[in-house]
Amino acid sequence: MATTREVRNRIRGVKSTRRITRAMEMVAAAKLRKAQQRVEQAKPYAAKLDEMLSHLAAASTGEIQHPFFEERPVKHATLVLVTADRGLCGSFNANLMRESDNWRREHAETAFEFMLFGKKGWDYYRRRGVDVLDHQLGWEGEMDYGRAREAVQRLSKRFVSGETDRIDLIYTTFVSMGSFRVTRETFLPIPRHPVGSEDEQEREREYIFEPTPQDIYAQLLPYYATTKLITVLTESFASEQASRMLAMNAATKAAGDMIDSLTLEMNKARQAQITKELLEVVSGADALKG
Amino acid sequence: MFTLSIVTPERVYFDGDVTSLVVPGTEGYLGVLSNHAPLITSLQNGRIEFRDGSDTVHILAVSGGFLEVFDNKATLLADTVEAADEIDVDRAQNAFERARKKLEDINAGVSPEMINQQEAREALERARNRIKVYRDTHD
Repeated sequence: MATTREVRNRIRGVKSTRRITRAMEMVAAAKLRKAQQRVEQAKPYAAKLDEMLSHLAAASTGEIQHPFFEERPVKHATLVLVTADRGLCGSFNANLMRESDNWRREHAETAFEFMLFGKKGWDYYRRRGVDVLDHQLGWEGEMDYGRAREAVQRLSKRFVSGETDRIDLIYTTFVSMGSFRVTRETFLPIPRHPVGSEDEQEREREYIFEPTPQDIYAQLLPYYATTKLITVLTESFASEQASRMLAMNAATKAAGDMIDSLTLEMNKARQAQITKELLEVVSGADALKG
Repeated sequence: MFTLSIVTPERVYFDGDVTSLVVPGTEGYLGVLSNHAPLITSLQNGRIEFRDGSDTVHILAVSGGFLEVFDNKATLLADTVEAADEIDVDRAQNAFERARKKLEDINAGVSPEMINQQEAREALERARNRIKVYRDTHD
């Protein structure tokens, strides 16, 4: 059995670990609040943009042509993978890697490349001999519009020029505090907006367009793509923080349990020690008497 | 009276009733009053002017975006908007000089990045617009 002093040292160690995990939990909670706010703030713009696009699609006679819609047989694919910059957030990164490895296996027959957001994905794939088009690290949920637009321009240029035929996204959707899941989506080509019912189409035809619907559409689509990327990045960041908060909360609890069981062990050791000493004293006294 | 909402990627700038609205459409400035016909237009850099329910005139600088009017609801999606009073004219002036310098460098062949030319020109236009809106309202 461990001596009292050994156990006491371990308790001290676990306690200081618990202090750290508790602090990390609190930091993650604060960051999550901010990230959630950002997710909410981005919503009205995205929703209005969506609305405008479907009005346009319905209003224009005939299908609108744009390079972003072009579906081709996939000879070369691109994956945009959004991971965290840091670890200690439970299975957050591992889940993303598993999904992207699946993606990689599915594309064993085609050429492909990666674009990585977040340090963890970069650490994982740089050593695995995959083509990495670009990687962006340390954006910490503060993705500004300009930077996102640059990334989208880079991606869309490759798509339009035919260097790649499909661009997929793998990221984590934020549902709520306790719920987030790895999601795979196609980024380009953009799925067409559904055209409304006959009545709606009738109504939409009355629109005045300046300049033509085609031109407005061409101008709107890059915004749509950029907004999509920003949404993906902010949701991913919120999920990361939520995941870290849960992981650290579990760690703090586990540390508490450990301290309890170690304290019990320490008390047992101490009592055994006292019993032993008492026995020695008593038997010593008996020996003297006899 | 009709409702106007001005939304940028960062925030909802304005959401309320207005009596009139003037925006810089791609093909020139255009005015919107109640019961305007359905309309969708793209916007260029320029100045937005609207009169709210309490008859206060708001003047903003806008850089690019879109406007949709339907059924007495106007939705304005903008890249950025700033109220004339919010404009940091010194910052805009600096941005203007920086962009002009960059364009000169590119033209003189000092920095050969052709891609940045478009970007620098856009930055120049945005800064020019901010300064103009500021000057128009502060003299």
